[in-house]
Amino acid sequence: MNIYWENKKWMTLSLLNDRVKQSMSRPFSSFQDLKRTCLYDFHVKNGGRMVPFAGWEMPVQYKTGISASHLHVRSEVGLFDVSHMLQTKITGKDSIPYIESLIELYHFLQMMQGGILDDLIVSKTTDGYLYVVSNAGCADKDFKNMQTKLEECKRKGMDVNLEVICNGLLALQGPAMSKVLQEGVDFDLSNLPFMTNKMTSVFGIPDCRVTRCGYTGEDGVEISVAANRAEELVNILLNSKAANVQPIGLGARDSLRLEAGLCLYGNDIDETTSPVEAMLTWTIGKRRRQTADFPGAKRILEEIKNKPARKRVGFLSTGPPARDGTPVYDETGEKLLGKLTSGIPSPSLKQNVAMGYIQSPYAKAGTKVKFEVRKKMVDAQVSKMPFVPNNYYMPK
Amino acid sequence: MTTGMASHLVRRALVQTVRLNHPTKILQLAPHIGLKSLRCICISTKLHAKRYFTEKHEWVDVKNGEGVVGITDYAQEKLGEVVYAQLSEVGTEIQQNDEIGVIESVKAASEVYSPVSGEVIQINQEVCDEPKLINESPYEKGWLVKLKLTNMEELEVLMDKDAYENHVKTLE
Repeated sequence: MNIYWENKKWMTLSLLNDRVKQSMSRPFSSFQDLKRTCLYDFHVKNGGRMVPFAGWEMPVQYKTGISASHLHVRSEVGLFDVSHMLQTKITGKDSIPYIESLIELYHFLQMMQGGILDDLIVSKTTDGYLYVVSNAGCADKDFKNMQTKLEECKRKGMDVNLEVICNGLLALQGPAMSKVLQEGVDFDLSNLPFMTNKMTSVFGIPDCRVTRCGYTGEDGVEISVAANRAEELVNILLNSKAANVQPIGLGARDSLRLEAGLCLYGNDIDETTSPVEAMLTWTIGKRRRQTADFPGAKRILEEIKNKPARKRVGFLSTGPPARDGTPVYDETGEKLLGKLTSGIPSPSLKQNVAMGYIQSPYAKAGTKVKFEVRKKMVDAQVSKMPFVPNNYYMPK
Repeated sequence: MTTGMASHLVRRALVQTVRLNHPTKILQLAPHIGLKSLRCICISTKLHAKRYFTEKHEWVDVKNGEGVVGITDYAQEKLGEVVYAQLSEVGTEIQQNDEIGVIESVKAASEVYSPVSGEVIQINQEVCDEPKLINESPYEKGWLVKLKLTNMEELEVLMDKDAYENHVKTLE
């Protein structure tokens, strides 16, 4: 049998032995080219099964299986190493016009190519700079774009600077997160709503940036911490008396984000998908829609008005799990309507969940469709997302 | 007749009984024989089936021209929790190295290839209903399909237990 993980366009989660790995001509298929995060030793010591992921050697799971880890995050709290994501800091009084022009550049490239370049999170800090976290798979591309734009802005006389933050990044996710973290910070976590951040010391470790966000659908934070103190912080969190904090690998991270209806760049969105058909229109701010001052405005606004030809939706099915690439047909099984971009047997729901693109007239929740799995037709239906309710901390 | 010979004869008789009846009965019939002897008896019945392994972590127990196929402990451990198993239908003609089923964990679907050619004569329905049997008991309850072998010569290219164990060591 072949023992492998799903192969994504830009990532390979491979469990194959070295010999087989070398015979595969995929990017990142050889361990020797892979980068390691500041927590690599921790993962190995704690039984993390290391696999290549987006150019990094990362733990896909620990001794606890993926399902058990997944359910632990839903019911309690788990800790992820996400240090492979690119963290940057944009300083100077013109940092906001800079990032807007960068996003404009992304929208422009989007319009040139018709797709989404990357997902990244820009946080405004109270310390006079912007904090940007972007996808590991796009880190090189992002950084290049950021630098190019920076040179351009500097030539115009703008006051802006860009630096990479070489910190570790931990994600503490799950309903018991605040119980665990509250003991280590000197402010009230109920004053830190979803998508806000604060520079603070955490369990005595200074200069940590805590951002209330995540990729699991649960309440959670990401903590940016000095690389040489990351393992210390991990151990403090795992030994918390407030709740049972477990280390969680990439496998459960993927199943958690899919249940939460969140996209994986490279799978569910990429340079060939527009933000409108990806149902990510909310990412284009109201002001920017009204002023329409970004190069791709015309096309995006037209798609918003006239509805895109296809839409990203969720699906539920029973029987064989449907993975990415699975063709989606209408109820009769004759008309091809689209295909899946992600799919797993859901550990929470005990049925299969998937997302993918479908022709817009069939995108209504409840529409019966068929998946073609290994040449057999399987019953499925279009579903609302998230599959499991989000649990973000958003005080009224 | 010495007592030693007598107990030998009793044991032989019990071996026959075990082959015909249920093995747990033997302890009720002759508790003095104990578990150690029972284990010997189990091995003697096993000797009739020889187990072969493939490089890709399937095994086949061959007995009377029929082969029971499954995946190895190493494979189940690497796969993680199996959540779905799909097996070839009874009556399917399979060539050696053809796909004989698909086993799915949360993260991936992995094909299982047949170690031998033959016709599928039985599938393990219990594994379809409860796929985690593959993790819990890969060599016993987690077997997958039974084949009527069509080419016994194919067994020659397969590995025995020792060769397979050495093969696994090279992968770690």
